Amino acid sequence: MSQLNVKTKSRLSSRVQDIQPSGIRRFFDLASSMDNIISLGVGEPDFITPWNIREASISSMERGFTAYSANAGVLELRQEITKYMYDRFDVDYDAETEVLVTVGASEAIDIGCRAILDPGDEVIIVEPGFVSYSPLVSMAGGVPVSVGTRIEDDFKVSAEQIRAAITANTKALMISFPNNPTGAVMLREDLQEIATLAEEHDLIVFSDEIYAELSYDNQHVSFAVLEGMKERTILISGFSKAFAMTGWRLGFVMAPPDLLAAMLKLHQYSLMCAPTMAQYGALEALKSGMDDVERMKQSYKQRRGFFVESFAEMGLACHMPGGAFYAFPSIKATGLTSEEFAEKLLYEEHVAVVPGDIFGAGGEGHIRCSYATSMDNLQEATKRMKRFVSKHL
Amino acid sequence: MTDKELEILRIIEEDARIDLNTLAKMTSINEEEIKAILKKLEEKKVILNYSTVVDWSKVPQAEQVTAMIDVKVTPKRGVGFDEVAERIYRFSEVQALYLMSGAYDLQVVIEGKTMQEIARFVSEKLSSIDSVISTTTHFQLKKYKHDGIVFEEGEEDRRIVVTP
Repeated sequence: MSQLNVKTKSRLSSRVQDIQPSGIRRFFDLASSMDNIISLGVGEPDFITPWNIREASISSMERGFTAYSANAGVLELRQEITKYMYDRFDVDYDAETEVLVTVGASEAIDIGCRAILDPGDEVIIVEPGFVSYSPLVSMAGGVPVSVGTRIEDDFKVSAEQIRAAITANTKALMISFPNNPTGAVMLREDLQEIATLAEEHDLIVFSDEIYAELSYDNQHVSFAVLEGMKERTILISGFSKAFAMTGWRLGFVMAPPDLLAAMLKLHQYSLMCAPTMAQYGALEALKSGMDDVERMKQSYKQRRGFFVESFAEMGLACHMPGGAFYAFPSIKATGLTSEEFAEKLLYEEHVAVVPGDIFGAGGEGHIRCSYATSMDNLQEATKRMKRFVSKHL
Repeated sequence: MTDKELEILRIIEEDARIDLNTLAKMTSINEEEIKAILKKLEEKKVILNYSTVVDWSKVPQAEQVTAMIDVKVTPKRGVGFDEVAERIYRFSEVQALYLMSGAYDLQVVIEGKTMQEIARFVSEKLSSIDSVISTTTHFQLKKYKHDGIVFEEGEEDRRIVVTP
């Protein structure tokens, strides 16, 4: 007789069961079931990786560079990364002890959390933010604590907001500017008050700067350049956004030697090393890809100008996103929730956007619209959205 | 040249048909100012023409042959290559003419209906110019990319529709 009718403990860990499936997934299924949609829901560049980068990777394979690399990544690549980050953002890291090449920036967030969190440690996450932060903190045994930003503040976070969420268990802070999904940026003086707070409460700061190159109005300021911050910052970046290399899964993390050594230990056991052929592509990206980065950035900037102005014409409030390639307009005027708006827009006008609530606190009442798509698509999508909004205002 | 002028040039070089309203939003420059900039650039002959890239190979009744001709010439005192260049580019068959460094002096791009027509142009018109020493004619077999535009089917958008 089978014993299976006896109620047994699930074979899945409670830690995994406690994590909610990503809301992105549900929306992806909805959008995928329909034909002829214009998608403003894509969180990646619409450019294909520049040819010289693809060619360098192909060439590395032809020359037989197919073995494991050093755990931390090809040394020459780490050297180029440190040089690039110094030239572009004025941060000074040692290629041998303070840089790790990861499988996307996501891995960096994951191993960063696992490297520093004990059960019950709290991580303050500034939201709306990337959907992975909170689950990755939970999976590392930590407790995510949300702090929501608001359109009235241009989606910047203040030291006061963060201070209100600090408890005796607060171990770290997670910020990401330019921000996905809001496009918000923080200027030096905005970051400075956060730095003072981090010092005061001895916080480790995860600064996900994957969109740093896509800052349109001001030079990006890395959190790690602020005085005294390098020693408490886990600086995360990668090649996906600026170099249009999302599918390559190549990121990097920069941190003081003790934190980096701990992350390297985790990386070495779970990943061994990032794919070698992707690393050679990235090397070429850093050596000769900056003109392409600039060209793509100009193109995003022009599309931003077109797109953001369109929301005013629709009657939707939208702040000017200073970076990334997202607009995050408020849809509160329509009386619909984010989910309702996105779903109706998809069904009625065949335009896919992402409901803002998926990105955490402060996201409800907004939708994320990516302008990383062709001008033709943007023009058609805004025309349809205008028609849609006028029916619901 | 100002940054605004440069930005407008870069955009309309890609898409000359873009409407003023869109251009204004993309650049955050108002429509009146854009009009003034365009007018100025036209007057200064920075903008010479708003033309269309056509793939004539897809138009059966408009079949044509393109040749690149390397021309060696004797430059003339005082006017260098300019005088002979002018004699050549005045022919309406000549689509483009460049002064080159290297093994020859002028490159002539010429379009005709048939190879015979081009052969006749080379022997009767080009070679008979006094300063022309020699010509080498290359016929184009296929156009892959022209003015930065790839003539084959473009690469499709392979991204999945909704991602974080």
